[in-house]
Amino acid sequence: MQSGGRRNHMASRAKKSASLGSFLLELVVYAAFVFAYFFLVLHFLGDWLKHVFDQNKTLYAFVALALIIVQGVGLEMLTTGLLRIIRRRES
Amino acid sequence: MDFLISGTHINPVYLIIIGFIIGICGGFFGVGGSFLAGPALFFFGVPMNFVVGTDLAHIVGKSIVAAKKHRALGNVDIKLGLIMAAATILGVETGAQIIQQLKRHKNVDFVVAIAFVIVLIGISSFIAWECWQTLKMGKTESTAKGKPRRDHSAIAYIAKKFQRFHFPPMISLPSSGIKQISLWTILVVSYIGGVFSGFLGGGAGYIRMPAMVYILGVPTHIAVGTDLFEVVISASYGTFTHALKGNVDILIALVMHTGAAIGAQIGATLTQYFHGVRIRLAFVPLPLLGAGLILYSLITGHHFK
Repeated sequence: MQSGGRRNHMASRAKKSASLGSFLLELVVYAAFVFAYFFLVLHFLGDWLKHVFDQNKTLYAFVALALIIVQGVGLEMLTTGLLRIIRRRES
Repeated sequence: MDFLISGTHINPVYLIIIGFIIGICGGFFGVGGSFLAGPALFFFGVPMNFVVGTDLAHIVGKSIVAAKKHRALGNVDIKLGLIMAAATILGVETGAQIIQQLKRHKNVDFVVAIAFVIVLIGISSFIAWECWQTLKMGKTESTAKGKPRRDHSAIAYIAKKFQRFHFPPMISLPSSGIKQISLWTILVVSYIGGVFSGFLGGGAGYIRMPAMVYILGVPTHIAVGTDLFEVVISASYGTFTHALKGNVDILIALVMHTGAAIGAQIGATLTQYFHGVRIRLAFVPLPLLGAGLILYSLITGHHFK
């Protein structure tokens, strides 16, 4: 009885640590993408954004919204997709 | 680092840290985090009109991530969220127009800062009082019945009164456990939230979240998820309209979002371990911290670089 309970406890702990590991892996990959995205935008679009802000506010509004949505949604989808591929290969 | 669009110089590490903290708060409390982000940006020397617009922009990205997480956890009432989004958008435009008027009179910094402080202190005091009443009531009830209730409010009678207000059209919200409520109650609550959002920046979750719980009677965890879902739509509109008016520095928003996106993932996961009054009680000191930052910047005139 006691060893059965202990086995269950160990199994639940292993399950918890596996899900924490998977959450942390997702977080690290996502963080890497988010940081890389910002530096790419800053490097390639930094000056252009200032120019558009001064010259054409409508275009600037569309670009600003698109940039922030891509950072939020696009990168999360990319992370989820990448992790799905990694897990499929592992299994 | 120089942010040319708003003409400010801020260390990006501070922006990432602030973003991370408000990301956790946003995912956990279901609020956009403008009660901290706005005051922090003002504290860093960003002009108030850019604080409002930029805060809205960074909230769009972060709320999408957190709302997706909450949707997966079953915490989003889509019907309520869509109805609220329509009225909130109208309110956001009203708020943005008020900012434009203040910009013309060149007193946007002072007026918005004072309004921010009043709202933040008011919200904090109200939630603290309500939690205190609820905890007192919970103690009596758990002693009487032998078991504590999971999610209730000491002023739930207010929500019941509003639900009895029969002004057609009446709608039901099964996902939130509301049998009948006047559409107008939802629209008025959302519109007021929208005005605060357009005027003070962010998603104004600090107004809408308590209003959803105390006035509409939505359970706290559903209010958190639905508010985030609604903020995605209304803040997108807010970002667009403020960008058209030259009030958004998208590079500041992107830096803040690098921290916020990571924090939001952690915050949304944390809601699984806390319920009702505990979430509300933990929220109490945060608006006060924001009010303190604004008061410091206003009184000393110093901005942290």
